[in-house]
Amino acid sequence: MADTAQVVEHTARTLRDHLPVLQVLVPFVTAPLIVLLGSRRLAWPLAFIASAVALVISFIMLMEVREGGMLTYTMGGWAPPLGIEYRVDAANAFVLLLISLIGTVVLPFAYASFRDEIKSRDHTLMYACWMLCFTGLLGMVATGDAFNVFVFLEISSLSTYVLVAMGADRDRRALTAAYDYLIMGTIGATFFVIGLGMLYMATGTLNMADMADRIADQGMNRTVRSGFAFIMVGMGLKVAMFPLHLWLPKAYTFAPSAVTVFLSATATKAALYVMMRFTFSVYDPDFAFATNTFEIIFIPLAVIAMFSASFVAVFQTNFKRMLAYSSIAQVGYMLLGVALLTDTGVSAAILHMFNHGLTKALLFMGVGAYVLRANGSFYTQIAGLGRKMPITTGAVVIGGLSLIGVPGTAGFISKWILVEAALERAPEHAMFLAIAVAIVLSSLLAVVYVWRAFEVLYLSEPDPNSTATEAPLMMLVPMWILAGGCIWFGFSTELLHDTAVQAANGLLQGSQGMLVIPDQGGAH
Amino acid sequence: MSKLLDLQFLAGHAHYLLFIVLMMTGLFIVVDKTNLVKKIVGLNIFQVSVFMFYVSIGKVKGGTAPIFPMDDKYHVDTAAMAGKLYSNPLPHVLILTAIVVGIATTSLGLALIVRIRESFDTIDEEDILAIEQDMTREDNKKHGNAMGGLA
Repeated sequence: MADTAQVVEHTARTLRDHLPVLQVLVPFVTAPLIVLLGSRRLAWPLAFIASAVALVISFIMLMEVREGGMLTYTMGGWAPPLGIEYRVDAANAFVLLLISLIGTVVLPFAYASFRDEIKSRDHTLMYACWMLCFTGLLGMVATGDAFNVFVFLEISSLSTYVLVAMGADRDRRALTAAYDYLIMGTIGATFFVIGLGMLYMATGTLNMADMADRIADQGMNRTVRSGFAFIMVGMGLKVAMFPLHLWLPKAYTFAPSAVTVFLSATATKAALYVMMRFTFSVYDPDFAFATNTFEIIFIPLAVIAMFSASFVAVFQTNFKRMLAYSSIAQVGYMLLGVALLTDTGVSAAILHMFNHGLTKALLFMGVGAYVLRANGSFYTQIAGLGRKMPITTGAVVIGGLSLIGVPGTAGFISKWILVEAALERAPEHAMFLAIAVAIVLSSLLAVVYVWRAFEVLYLSEPDPNSTATEAPLMMLVPMWILAGGCIWFGFSTELLHDTAVQAANGLLQGSQGMLVIPDQGGAH
Repeated sequence: MSKLLDLQFLAGHAHYLLFIVLMMTGLFIVVDKTNLVKKIVGLNIFQVSVFMFYVSIGKVKGGTAPIFPMDDKYHVDTAAMAGKLYSNPLPHVLILTAIVVGIATTSLGLALIVRIRESFDTIDEEDILAIEQDMTREDNKKHGNAMGGLA
């Protein structure tokens, strides 16, 4: 980088310059604060305030970078590439907004849900863990330093294992789910570190932009290539890419409802972002081995995921487990978008990340409400609840329609752009035409499994002994905020779509995109 | 490297071979053993292999320990530094972080095993799997007929 040798001047800094680090720091400080105060009454308000502040920060940052450009922050004033750099461009800011939005909206729901599902003596520590998980996810997205990604990845993973295991109060299988996730997650994260080690061997730097620069200079060699393989497999485990998804259904099914909501909407997305960042910004997507990896390995795996996971979802008897399998299928759509390696494809993936985050969070919140009122989410237990809990089920219906991709919902927009992206490449090879057809066909499978849930909710006779009543307001408000979002973003597409296109452009410019010398008005 | 077995090449890369052997040993234990504690041990071996990999890439040929020489006033002695070659300390520092992460993972894993032992009364994966299959079968008996018994 051209500006590495420059003397760091100590100029007066405004709050704006500190936004990239405050994004991560606010929840990070809140976590120990909650533990130290140790007060059950203060834990939730503190967590909520920290999330809301994070949401405001991420919104301001998105507004700053959504026309292009980036915000940088150098930790402790040490200039990159030696110092740790936080670098936020349109792609990060978009994912940061998703994570902090879901974190903030879900917390009121979590309050009501934890009170029912978790022993009250554990609540304080639960919120501390929640904040740590939140910090880790924000951190791995905001940072521009490759090893920093690993550290934040582990912060979020370790707290996730704890959060999943807390489902043991309801079902002891949560413990083994958390254990399996721990083993697989650690193998994934360690693979990621091996990949980083190889990159460090080849480039001698850890700053992503600098790394990209040096890889571009030296071209490809075996070290860099095997580094790519290790990073893709490691992150693939975290993303729940098709053959590496085994931890997901169990962890999502047995985790406490609110934890499932949070994880399904954010954790896989943050990992997918890291995958994209490494593919496009650190490595050049034009390198033949990267192109081949995506076209020969990722596209078939994504298509298999779309069909097999949807097919398995059709035959589930548990609403929550069905949604977990549907998540694997949806990750397939996102990976497919990335693997198309075009502007449209990557923007479809980023958009689907956001829209699916909203949709899945909404649906899992519905599950949480049913668990609260009917004490379970098996189809026999939620039968006929559409009549007993009309407001909750109304939101679930909107979520279900968005999951299918019915016009007028957010899910339609991203699937439409994905089909468009596949058709764009159809003249090159007939395979892409088949992929476009596959997207539509697998959406039909979504119609089947979502319809099954609707049928159970509305057309089945309710259990005569059921005492289920409408969910409390603490649950309904977050659900309807997201349901409103699903419809709003189905009609008003400019904001999200333009940002996603900007993010995709930034990512796809490859190493060139990262070489822009940061705005000197930023924190330097 | 036209020869089938280039001994000099292998000797020069001995630390990588060691890393690969340790890594595969660790992964094999994780996959093969059914005892949950042994799996954690395997995971540790796997992680340690990566630590060794990192530490080994920091070595500079002929380099000494990366400690600045001090004069008697505890200032960096620039004269003594001249012409000296130092090993790269950065990978060591990175690995300190990774070791901390490894300890956290191990302790969390062991804590989970304690809880699993309390509620399943076994730490053998196959026994746990059998118990869980029974639980699933019971669930299916109770809730299976959601779609006219088709599911």
